[in-house]
Parts: sequence; structure tokens; C-alpha cells
Amino acid sequence: MILQRFLIRLITMAITLLGVSVVVFVIIRVAPGDPIAMMLPPGATDADIARLRALYGLDRSIVEQYFIWLSGVVQGNFGTSISLRQDVMSLVLSRLPATLELSIFALLIALIIGGPLAIVGAREQGTAVEAGIDVANGAALSIPDFLWGLALILLFGVLWPVFHISGRVSPRMDLPFVTQFYLFESIFRLRFDLTRDLIGHMFMPALALALPLAAIISQLLKISLKEVMTLDYVTLARVKGFSETKVILREALKNAALPTLTLIGVQFTFLIGGTVIIERLFSYEGLGNMAIDAVINRDLPLIQGIVLVFALIFVLINLAVDMMYALLNPRLRHG
Amino acid sequence: MVDARALPRRRFDARLMLAGGWLLVVLLAAIFAPLVAPHDPLAQDLMLERLPPFWLPGSEPGYWLGTDSLGRDLLSRLIFGARIALIVAFVAALAACIVGSTLGLVAGYFGGWPDRIISRIVDIWMAFPPVLFAILLVAVFGTGLMSVIIAIAVIDWTRFCRVIRAEAMSQARMDYVENARIAGFGRLRIMVSEVLPNVLPSIVALLSLEMGIAVIVEAILSFVNLSISSDAPTWGGIIAEGRLSIHQAWWVLVFPLIALFLTVLSFSQFGEGLKSRFDPVLR
Repeated sequence: MILQRFLIRLITMAITLLGVSVVVFVIIRVAPGDPIAMMLPPGATDADIARLRALYGLDRSIVEQYFIWLSGVVQGNFGTSISLRQDVMSLVLSRLPATLELSIFALLIALIIGGPLAIVGAREQGTAVEAGIDVANGAALSIPDFLWGLALILLFGVLWPVFHISGRVSPRMDLPFVTQFYLFESIFRLRFDLTRDLIGHMFMPALALALPLAAIISQLLKISLKEVMTLDYVTLARVKGFSETKVILREALKNAALPTLTLIGVQFTFLIGGTVIIERLFSYEGLGNMAIDAVINRDLPLIQGIVLVFALIFVLINLAVDMMYALLNPRLRHG
Repeated sequence: MVDARALPRRRFDARLMLAGGWLLVVLLAAIFAPLVAPHDPLAQDLMLERLPPFWLPGSEPGYWLGTDSLGRDLLSRLIFGARIALIVAFVAALAACIVGSTLGLVAGYFGGWPDRIISRIVDIWMAFPPVLFAILLVAVFGTGLMSVIIAIAVIDWTRFCRVIRAEAMSQARMDYVENARIAGFGRLRIMVSEVLPNVLPSIVALLSLEMGIAVIVEAILSFVNLSISSDAPTWGGIIAEGRLSIHQAWWVLVFPLIALFLTVLSFSQFGEGLKSRFDPVLR
């Protein structure tokens, strides 16, 4: 049953990715403006232009170009960036870790804020505390990450400058890293001075990304907790004399977490989508920031590569959530 | 339980009033911009650059919220910026709403292959990072008001489609739909005259929410310098400038940010408030 579900999901995943590749290919090719014209010096001859067009495969029909590109992609070859003149795959891989670290860090912050708020809200049902949490959730939910980012820049970059609001790491830092996962590597190498500097840069953009998600987690987990807390087995735990906090943590949380987990998966993809503008706002050198530059420079191969990588991450997260749900949900497990 | 239902109703009304009030202020400012703006939003005066807002020392009378680094009056720029924000909000959100709700209604009510095709397209759309998608589309269509509107509609119709599809699906299973069918109504007629009115509260709430989102997307596009022409005053454009001169003139960032906060919050609260008023179940 689970295997069958997994296979069906894999097939729809492939169709979705194929669809994304077609859409982005068509959008980019109908775009007016010649990317080749932008990279040539003013004195270039027609022969130069033609040679360059042939080099990037732009002299063929759209359908041909698509299949040439697709057959490359299947082999892991995304082509060559026009503006940076490097392999798209290695460019993407050099920036992806920065974006992944930022997204996962933001997810952690959202869980750390949202989880406890949900538990407190469920424990203090019907009080002013719960009402306060609801209002805070409502505000955090309606305001998107872009505005939170700007507000944080003002608060902690200007008014009370405690965090960095630009870049990924201080330029004067001397980096011993071999991978692009700076944060993870700094911890493994026990270079906590670097860890501190990295988190000092990452905290503001991550918090901006985390706030709307924290509100969703807190809201949904609180509702599930309140529901579970009316069930018999929870009442039984209460009768046994456990304190309310203990009842929530030991009995209710386990069963209330499943719907929230599913939702976090979908919301996490939204969070990653938000990194595009948040990275720009905080001049953080990730994939999203590179994507905006690629669009501005009309760097077709790079845009295609980045969009496809984002899409791949999104469908993989959805797949993982779906599988986790199937494994954790007793009804589906034995179905 | 009855009291619990009466209580939030009153609260919803207060928030409907507050949200509606702010939106009305923005709307009036946008419509009468040339009359209410104290200065020409494009007039530069290097003698007046980076004037602080009125309560700070060094401010000039008449420049209530101060000026930017080119000496342009910030309040006037905000007022004219409201025009673009609201045009984008209304037109783009309405376009996304019409496309998305129609497809959602068809997919949810008819099911079968229309549902399969529409849902597959939605899946593909959801796999795009929306901001990047918007930037890409505007880069393709060329900057300008029309491109921004098209880009937002092309991306955000899925928001309507997903919700309305789910609602139409659950409506389609209800007794009244079956009764209408037995009474001899055609499927299309049932969809339009029976199902649509029942999902309308959700559409209205989503529409209001989407207007807020459209304002943000326009601001984001202006921020990366891809929206309307670069000298037209837009909230996002002012913010982009404010971000650059944040250490010299914080007010250039603060005031458009407040305007955006209030507007986005008002659109979402207004939508929620309307929904709870129209919703037959809650009412």
C-alpha cells in the first residue's frame, strides 16, 4: 500500500518537474531581448554573433533547443551560464548550501517559537494569554516575510544594531571551509567564532522567514492539542494526577503533532520560495539572490537551472511529507 | 455556546471598521492624489535633501514626513504610490480571482478529467518559487503596470483554484445539489446558480486577501527595480531607496513600510470580517 503510494507519487513528481521545465523554457524563449547581444562588445561582427548563437544552441528551433537541453539535464548537465560563463550545475551547487542552511535555520526558529506558544495556548485555554497568542498569530500570519525582513532591518540593524543585516559572513573572516555548508562545517570544526559570525548574519533573514510559519505552527498545533485534550485517554492521565503541562507534553502532543507535521511540509516549501526576496533584501549570497541576478542579466541557462532546482526541492519535500504521513498515520499504515 | 458566537461577531465588526477605515483613507488619497499631495512627487530639490519628519529638528514646514536623498517630498510620493498599489491590487486580484475561481469551480464540481488536468497544472504552478516566477514574468513581459498585473494574475490564480475546488467538491456532495439534479436542472446551471453562491463567501475573503498579496508583490517587484518605470513613485521603489539610505534617512524606509503593513493587514482582516458576515453557517 505504502509502496504503491510511493510509486504513484514518484510518477506525478516526474510529470510536475517536466511541466515546470516546459513552462520555464517557453516563458524564457518568448522573451524579447537577445541575451547574445548583451554579452558582445560593440564592435562584434555578424559572424561573431552567429558563432556565439550556435555555441549556446540558440540557432535551432525551440522544440529542438528544449530536447537538447532536457537530454543534458537528465545527465546532470544544465548548460553554461551566459553571464558568468561557468557551468550552471556548479554555480547552483555553490549557492544551494547557503540557501538550504538559511531555510533549515528558519524552520528551526519557527518550531522553537511556534511549538511552545501552541502548548502554552492549549494549557491556558480561554484566558487572556490564549487571546494574546491568537492576536500575535493573526498579525504574524497576515504580514509576509518581505515586510518582516524590512522591519527587522530597521529594528536590529539601525535602531539597536545587534545583528548583521547584510551578507553571509564578515569579509574579514578567514574561511577554512572545503564545503559551502559554512554553518555545519564551522560547528564540526569547532570554530565557534565563525559559527557566531554566521548566525549573526543569518538570524535576521531567518527570523523574517520564520515568523509567518511560526504563527501557522502555533495556530494549528494549538487547535489539534485542544481537540486531543478532550479525549478519554488524556482525561485518564489527568485523573492519574499528572500536571496539565505534563499531560500535554507526554500524552497529547504525540497525537496532535501529525496534522501539524503535514502542514509544515507544505509551508516549508513556501518558506524556501521566500528566500528569493529575503536573500536579496539581506544581500545574502544564496541561490535566490543569484536567481534575481540571472533574470536581470537574461541568463537563460542559469534561470532554467535554478528554477528547476527549486522545483525539485519542492516536490521532494512534498514527497517526504507524504511518505512520513503514510508511515506515521496508523490508519494508513494498516490500511 | 450561543454567547461564544455572539461575542466574536462584535469583535469582527470592530476589525471590519478599522480595516475598512484605513483602506478608505488609502483609496481616497489615491483618487484625489493631485489635490491632497502637498508637493509634486517627482520634484527634486537638492537644497532640501534628506529632511527629517516634522517633529525632528531640521525639518521644513510643509514637508511633513521629510524628504528623500533627492529632496523629493516623502508624503507626496507615498500618496501617489497608493495609486499604483491600489490599481495593481484591484485589477490583478480580480483577474486572478476570476480565472482561479472558475477553474476551481469546474474542477471541484465536475471532477473527472477536467479536475485531473486542472489539478496537474496547479501542481506544476506550485512547484515554482512565486517571487522568482513573478520576477521572471515581468522580465519577460517588460516592465510596466500591465506586466505587473499580468504576472500577479498568472501566478496567484492557483490560490483561488485550490480553495474553491475543495469547497465546490464538498458542496457537490450535499443534498441540495442532488435535489436540484432530481428537479431536472442541468449541471452547468446547478454549478452557477446553486454551488457558486455557497462558495462566494470564501471567494470574497480570498479576493480581499489577494489584494493585500498583490500590493506586496508589486512592492517586491519595485524593490528589485522591475515594476513600473523607475522614477514613478511606488511604495516598493521608495522602500528600495530607503534601504540604501537607511543609516542617513531612516524615515524613507519607515513610512512606506508602515503604509504597507497597515494596508496588507487591513486587506486580510477585511476579508476575514466579510467572510464571517456573509457565511450562512456563522451567521
